[in-house]
Amino acid sequence: MSAHAETPRTRAGARLADLVERVGIHNASLILALIALLVLFGILRGDVFFSSRNILNIGMGVAILGVLAISQTAVIVSGGLDISVGAIVGLTTVSTAMAIDATGWAAAGPLAGVAIGAAAGLFNGLVITYGRVNAIIVTLGTMAIFRGIAFIISNGQSISIFNDTFRLLGVGRFLGLPAPIWVLIGVAVVFYVFLHKSIVGRNIYAIGGNPVVARLSGMDIKRYRVGMYVLSGMVAGIGGILLAARTGSGQPISGSEGLELEAITAAFLGGCAMQGGKGTVIGALLGVAIIGILNNGMILTGVPTFYQMLAKGSLLILAVLLAEYRLNRS
Amino acid sequence: MPDNDIMQLDNVSKRFGSVQALSNVSLTLRAGEVLALVGENGAGKSTLTRIIEGVFPPDGGGLLLDGQPVAFSGPRDGHAAGVRVIHQEPEIIPHVSVAENIYPGALPHRGGLFLDRKTLYARAGEMLKLFGMERELAPQQHCVGLGPAQRQMIEVMRAVHAGGRIIAFDEPTSSLTGEESQRLFEVIHRLRGEGVSIIYISHRLREIIDIADRIAVLRDGRLIDIEPVAEASEESIARKMVGRDLTEMFPERTPPTERCVLSVRGMSTEHVSDISFELHAGEVLGIGGLVGAGRSELAKGVFGFHARRAGTVEVDGKAIPSGRPGDAILAGLGFAPEDRKEEALLLLRSILDNATLCIPDRVSRFGLFDRRKATEIVDGIAERLSIKAPSLNTPVSHLSGGNQQKVVLARWLARAPKALILDEPTRGIDVGTKSEIYRLIADLARNGLGVIVISSEMPELLGLSDRILVMAGGRLTAELTGDEMNENAILKAAMSAERGAHPPDEEVRTA
Repeated sequence: MSAHAETPRTRAGARLADLVERVGIHNASLILALIALLVLFGILRGDVFFSSRNILNIGMGVAILGVLAISQTAVIVSGGLDISVGAIVGLTTVSTAMAIDATGWAAAGPLAGVAIGAAAGLFNGLVITYGRVNAIIVTLGTMAIFRGIAFIISNGQSISIFNDTFRLLGVGRFLGLPAPIWVLIGVAVVFYVFLHKSIVGRNIYAIGGNPVVARLSGMDIKRYRVGMYVLSGMVAGIGGILLAARTGSGQPISGSEGLELEAITAAFLGGCAMQGGKGTVIGALLGVAIIGILNNGMILTGVPTFYQMLAKGSLLILAVLLAEYRLNRS
Repeated sequence: MPDNDIMQLDNVSKRFGSVQALSNVSLTLRAGEVLALVGENGAGKSTLTRIIEGVFPPDGGGLLLDGQPVAFSGPRDGHAAGVRVIHQEPEIIPHVSVAENIYPGALPHRGGLFLDRKTLYARAGEMLKLFGMERELAPQQHCVGLGPAQRQMIEVMRAVHAGGRIIAFDEPTSSLTGEESQRLFEVIHRLRGEGVSIIYISHRLREIIDIADRIAVLRDGRLIDIEPVAEASEESIARKMVGRDLTEMFPERTPPTERCVLSVRGMSTEHVSDISFELHAGEVLGIGGLVGAGRSELAKGVFGFHARRAGTVEVDGKAIPSGRPGDAILAGLGFAPEDRKEEALLLLRSILDNATLCIPDRVSRFGLFDRRKATEIVDGIAERLSIKAPSLNTPVSHLSGGNQQKVVLARWLARAPKALILDEPTRGIDVGTKSEIYRLIADLARNGLGVIVISSEMPELLGLSDRILVMAGGRLTAELTGDEMNENAILKAAMSAERGAHPPDEEVRTA
């Protein structure tokens, strides 16, 4: 579309235009933004910033955010939004820790985390779809509900996990990469195939793009919508498991607060549209990279915490403004 | 220039994309006269009123107001010049009083700050009395829950107090009862007596003959005739409205078979009532009627998009449940809706994606989309339909209207249903593609498909159909076969909406 707008004169220009076309104009601009950030922080704190230790730090920092941003992208593509994911992460760290505490069995943690996440997502999906209530309102409400449940079942206390096998998920390494990054890669691959290659994924784009067309083409929209929230809850459960394994504890709020803000920001940076029907896994990952590097760079350059919050909020609004702008131009 | 001329249209033309909505229309609006505007759907009536109101400017020609050329740059200008249009669905602010709705933006106040309710209610009371509504409406009553007649009257009062000199009514009686219509006619007579110029748009020819002084007939954007009502009859007007010659557009047809592929019995939805008919293999069944008669709603009820309240639908002997288009498709029914861009196509997605939307099983392996298989299937169909596009990966938003419609048809050809409903299959499509689509429909029928064609175009209905059903007010009002199939019979049945034949008035929901 917009890449067609001008015919480049030179051959190099043509080759560049070809490359941009293949990567997608949107992803190309994200990569440019990413490079700009790398250059900026490289100049300011290059010594620390480019150390392998710091790069792994960034990777660890965005692993949980990454899985949430990917599933959030899928939800937004289907025409919804889930702002309860941060709370589900908190709730599942607690339930994971409690399950391991009660059984002493390492696998009980992940099972409980995914199951509780799925149940929370199912509740969201049913109320939104069959109650016909706006997704933002419902998940705003359940955000408080899930937080509340996490506090109630944990009595407001941090629950420690004494199980080294389970903790490998958070602190273990494989081929030099920390386990959470492997989990992120796995989730990304699964969602890439699911969203971009499968028939169900194609239908999700159709449902988000135009629900009337989707229904008239025979799709059972309600089932798909409920399914997307269950999926979102399950992935948030995975995020909760990773967080519990990394910190070695179940915490109702610490570590999971504000994750929804960053996940939604990454999804919109990555090319989602408010109306649904648009968004990619690659875009979400690029959005996550931008947020991760921005967070890390701000800490390294000594930006005070309060100003970091300012920056995060502004970034979300900027991302949505950009998304709207793109939509109006196309 | 006679001094009772208010506005003159001088060779007004207007084009929307590839459609010439109005071409070189010249006519005069006189004070104290009711000018009726008639024509088929899409003849240019609404475009004409919008130009007079100033919603958009003409491309060619101009308007003269009191002999002086004017150029309205928006409806605000038109209103200031005294032009008012009363639309089919009047704009009323629901949670505000009747009085405030009559005087929006012109409320009396005290000290520049406080609403002077006493004066407002007194004025509104007088206005209501003037229109004979004082028993029905109180000035302080809230407008939520008012009926269409009352809303309309409030809008007329608004137009009159704002100094309306030219008032256009767009299908004003379509949702009124007989008594309410009579009262409206009295109001129109009085306004005419006071020197207001009235434009009256309606499909109800008898009503027009009763109320109008002159009748202007539009067809395909041209003014065909304008004559005093005394010289007109219902038949002569209808003839002028449709009078097109049926050229070689329509292909030879083979007779339908006896096998029933779609049977609808006693179907009622929120929008249509008591619909029963059968469609046979190899048959083209036309459905005619005016806009708003419920034709698209019939299709959506049959297809299961709208929930059914009563009745059954069977496709090839298999009953299909209500509210589940997916099951209708599985049973062998297809539906190409009227609004291609909103209801049929995913505009940002490719031809390939759009054409394979209803055949997920045939284009997948282990749940994954199989691009090669899909391309194979769609390639053949695209060739058969001669879809013109750079490639199958082209987003359908880049295609012309005709090619977009072919992509919709490709979707159903790929699915190979037993019965196919086409809602306005040639709307906004050029003549060449139109005849291609007609040939395709004939072809499909020859191969045993049952086709329903919903159309507002008389030649299309008459040229394609083996049988024609006519709808009015959400019901079937006629079934025409053989020699009964002619324009007059269709128009008559389409305009025969009896009072009380309307479906229950409820909020429209889309789920």
